[in-house]
Amino acid sequence: MISLNEFLVLSGILFAIGTAGVFLRRNLITILLSIEIMLNAVNLTFVAVGRYLGTVDGQIIVFFVMTVAAAEAAVGLALVIALFRHRETLSPDAFTTLRW
Amino acid sequence: MNPVLFYLFAAVAVIASLLVIGQRNPMHSVMLLIVSFGALSGLYVLLDAPFTAVTQIIVYAGAIMVLFLFVVMLLNAHTEDEAVPQTLGPHGMKIAVVLSLALAAEVVWALSRVGAASFSTDSAAAGAISSVARIGTGIFTTHAFAFEVTSVLILVAMVGAVVIARKEH
Repeated sequence: MISLNEFLVLSGILFAIGTAGVFLRRNLITILLSIEIMLNAVNLTFVAVGRYLGTVDGQIIVFFVMTVAAAEAAVGLALVIALFRHRETLSPDAFTTLRW
Repeated sequence: MNPVLFYLFAAVAVIASLLVIGQRNPMHSVMLLIVSFGALSGLYVLLDAPFTAVTQIIVYAGAIMVLFLFVVMLLNAHTEDEAVPQTLGPHGMKIAVVLSLALAAEVVWALSRVGAASFSTDSAAAGAISSVARIGTGIFTTHAFAFEVTSVLILVAMVGAVVIARKEH
């Protein structure tokens, strides 16, 4: 029988995959996609715990997380477009003007 | 809850997510992430959350991922740029892999210590969870303030995206 523990472990694995993507990839779009993976891992936790506690609050929070993810994707992709226009590259290693 | 379906959806979600971060082509990454979101949507159905499952498909796979695809096609950057020198140093990648695996081990260890917590099999409780009416009541009564703030956030994000991505004169 599947219990809450399996869902928690699955979302932990997905969150770690998203973190690994942020560490390993050198492409701004793939880094944003990895952040989406992390947000979805947390969403899975909210829905699973909501089901366990017998409340709809978990699903309501997921609704808000999706809205925030949409806003984040819109602003993040606008930044990617602006950066690409300046440097003609998507590698985060190319944007080092603020480095000392 | 069907264990076969759970492990099927879980395997699809994990493998697709791993492939997302393993691809050099961002276009393939976006497509594989849509597969991962479809599997997560199946898991939401297993958790008696059909509204969240449908929202996942419509909003995430249908709107946010299309936005990503649109930007990938607009920028026409099909492969990762290898010409830029790596600032992490020669062992940067290895350190990143070790740190990621350490995080995965820590998170899985911590979450597997929660203790056995089985879902209630009461069908009335499952029906109450899957009710869209109850979700709507919750959003527009208890969480009404958060809902209004969210609408302001969307407006700010929209204006910000337009201003940031605008061509400078």
